[in-house]
Amino acid sequence: MLRAKDFIRMFAVAVLVMGMSVAPISGVYADDDEDEGDDEGQQVVVSNALWKTECGACHAAYPPRMLPAESWHAVMSGLDKHFGSNAGLDAASAKEITAFLEENASTKGREASGKPLLRITETREFKSEHDEVAARDWKNPKVKSPANCGACHTQAESGDFSEHNVKIPR
Amino acid sequence: MNRLFFVFGLFVTAAGFTANSAFAETPVEVLAAIKAEASGTPGFQGFSATRGESFYKTKHNHDLSCASCHTDNAAAQGKHSETGKVIKPLAPAANEERFTDMKKVAKWFKRNCNDVLDRECTAQEKGDVLTYLLTVHK
Ligand code: HEC
Ligand code: HEC
Ligand code: HEC
Repeated sequence: MLRAKDFIRMFAVAVLVMGMSVAPISGVYADDDEDEGDDEGQQVVVSNALWKTECGACHAAYPPRMLPAESWHAVMSGLDKHFGSNAGLDAASAKEITAFLEENASTKGREASGKPLLRITETREFKSEHDEVAARDWKNPKVKSPANCGACHTQAESGDFSEHNVKIPR
Repeated sequence: MNRLFFVFGLFVTAAGFTANSAFAETPVEVLAAIKAEASGTPGFQGFSATRGESFYKTKHNHDLSCASCHTDNAAAQGKHSETGKVIKPLAPAANEERFTDMKKVAKWFKRNCNDVLDRECTAQEKGDVLTYLLTVHK
């Protein structure tokens, strides 16, 4: 009754549900679609329990696919002085999270500049996805910072950035 | 098939939740551990909720206080002063997960004290703050 294939699928989902890391399984979430305007917000969400608590405490846990591996590496190398905050981690946790981020990082073309970007909000993609957001919306105190994804993306906590769940506060 | 799938999923989720909600310590135990640490310092005379409240609400460096993120009313929902992200209430009376994991408590005292005071908090300061937080009601 229960074929091996079904079981593997169930197991994969179960692991996702429990918030553990999944190794890249091609076809599950890999984004082959390189053209503009793809459904970036709706990709299958990869997760890791430690990443979600540690990196989701002060802001939304930014999905690994939003920065290339070299950027994550740079971010993870400077957690003691992290955008003006102390986000220091013990070595074992830092190692696990770095591996998770790098494994699931964006594979899209590099930014033009030589140094890896540390901010998602400075990437070309972020800018093009948000070119219709008005200056006054960015300045709204309820938004506070472009890095406060959850102010507009109501499901940011669960890694869902699809346009169906956007509500700009007024 | 779908049904089976769903039931299995629920099972795993439930197992995950149970594991997460098993609290390692109680706030009183956490306070006792801080007290053991403070007792080693000369002249230690116990903790004070009044001192803890003033420490919590006073702006130290960078125009920041504990209340900048955790709000003046520690039983209310807070908001991160830089990112705007919502922070659950800090007072145990309003959030039963608070001060139930020694490691988590130590990690955040270290980070937040560094942000607010440019140094770690002393055991006296930590004990005063927790003593105060335990007096805050919903
Ligand atoms: C102690 C609080 C804290 C923790 C914990 C924390 N961060 Fe941050 N993070 C910040 C602050 C503050 C900013 C700056 C936000 C702003 O500019 O609005 C930031 C910004 C970022 C940015 C840039 C956002 C952008 O595009 O502008 C990235 C990427 C980031 N964090 C990744 C991480 C990762 C990965 C972790 C987990 C290892 C983590 N953060 C944990 C406080 C934290
Ligand atoms: C001021 C509100 C606001 C903030 C803050 C914000 N966004 Fe957006 N975001 C939008 C709007 C509006 C859209 C466009 C939705 C549409 O296409 O209709 C969008 C689109 C997106 C998309 C493309 C969605 C899709 O389905 O194509 C992604 C991905 C995204 N945002 C990620 C982020 C991330 C990550 C952050 C935080 C680092 C963030 N956003 C912060 C308002 C915001
Ligand atoms: C810049 C924002 C910010 C400031 C300022 C701040 N905190 Fe925090 N604090 C946080 C965040 C974010 C968390 C973790 C998120 C969560 O657990 O909801 C946290 C968690 C904590 C915890 C963990 C409690 C537990 O058991 O869950 C303690 C203790 C704490 N803070 C104490 C303090 C004290 C004391 C001060 C003042 C010296 C302070 N904080 C100032 C943002 C801040």
